[in-house]
Amino acid sequence: MTSIGTGYDLSASTYSPDGRIFQVEYASKAVENSGTCLGFRCKDGVVLAVEKLVQSKLLVPGSNKRIATADRHIGIATAGLLADTRHLVNRAREEAQSYRDLYRAPIPAKMIADRLGQYVQAYTLYSSVRPFGVSTILATVDKTGPQMYMIEPSGIYYGFYGCAIGKGRQVAKTEIEKLKLAEMTCREVVKDAARIIHLVHDDVKDKDFELEMSWILDSTMTHEFVPKDVADEAEQLAKASLNDDMDED
Amino acid sequence: MEPATRTQNPVVTGTSVLGIKYKDGIMLAADTLASYGSLARFRDVERLIKVGNTTIIGASGDISDFQYITHLLEKILIKESNTEDGHQLYARHIHEYLGRLMYGRRSKHNPLWNSMVVGGIRDGEGGTFLGFVDLQGTTYEAPTIATGYGAYIAQPILRKAVEGREDTLTEEEAEKVLEDCMRVLFYRDARSINKIQIAKVNASGISISDPRFLDTEWAFAEGIRGYGATD
Repeated sequence: MTSIGTGYDLSASTYSPDGRIFQVEYASKAVENSGTCLGFRCKDGVVLAVEKLVQSKLLVPGSNKRIATADRHIGIATAGLLADTRHLVNRAREEAQSYRDLYRAPIPAKMIADRLGQYVQAYTLYSSVRPFGVSTILATVDKTGPQMYMIEPSGIYYGFYGCAIGKGRQVAKTEIEKLKLAEMTCREVVKDAARIIHLVHDDVKDKDFELEMSWILDSTMTHEFVPKDVADEAEQLAKASLNDDMDED
Repeated sequence: MEPATRTQNPVVTGTSVLGIKYKDGIMLAADTLASYGSLARFRDVERLIKVGNTTIIGASGDISDFQYITHLLEKILIKESNTEDGHQLYARHIHEYLGRLMYGRRSKHNPLWNSMVVGGIRDGEGGTFLGFVDLQGTTYEAPTIATGYGAYIAQPILRKAVEGREDTLTEEEAEKVLEDCMRVLFYRDARSINKIQIAKVNASGISISDPRFLDTEWAFAEGIRGYGATD
């Protein structure tokens, strides 16, 4: 990397002569190396799926979750440094609760996205802090229906119908583009989510992984992990379809 | 300088709440009136609420304080569910929380002006729970509970009908005794109204009925001076 040794990458409060902030770009590198994380906004809700790489076989199954709930109607899935994720989720919970305290109503999607975006961006301004090493997919439902946002380490955020972050994002994105999300239900999308996560996982190079999937349905407006029977069925189908592909080769 | 003042009287109030145990679980009853002093100010205020998936609460006393308590309960419920640890708050825990809340506030000389009935599934082991909390943080459990005017008028009727029969009293019988008590209260309690709700917690979950009117009998009034009789 040409940026190293130039002295322009020592702080997030310094630009390089061509107008880049290297510390923010390094933060994005932390995200790129993480397990893949997917989000789907469909007809009746939002589905989140994470390829959680398991650090050690000695860990209790289900520990170090990468999908969290920030309020009844807000799900957060991340790629990047888990410790930063936890901090960001805590912040999201505080923002959601303070909105409830003030307005006695659940925080709308674009407001929580904006508040978290502002918070992440503030960490790109000072020499005393480092930017967040996470990209965050925010799944919510509000009066206007299902919503999904993705926040990058720079603090920039956009609304999406489908998004993928982490190691397998390129392959995942081309797979997601093939889906007609606006016509699909969460129940259907869960199967594709499981399939794509299994597809992008590299059995040879990568560590073992746990598949984490959650959804937030329009009908319940509640973020929850996909029920075990539904998730297991989706994962079985995913494995079967991958085996079929290999047989064809 | 003005001396510090606190809530020394409630403003918009709800009257009695009744609660009993029966064969399949817990049943609560309350009317839908929120009085402004002796004025029947709001006639469709629901005072029975669901807290989580296993608990119901009925409140008498200051309605705005009750709305505030509802918000606090919502807050702890969200905090609890965010942890995704498979645990949840049952009636026993909600009752304990309310007891500490009310006692804490009375110790600050700034009470939340309510009496509440908490009913539902006791805890993770199952069982039923019926408890009481008031503005001083007094708590107790009993198979029949009545707040406010109901403590004088309905409590004896409930005890006679329910106590010793908690395990055999059917849903129909339980509903009838509560409805009878609400009717007596409507006749005798000048802060009550003939529109009531009944809430149940049993094996099939929580249900809170839509507000409905009580059948009442006023033919006898014809013979009472001041109502019908002219001399």
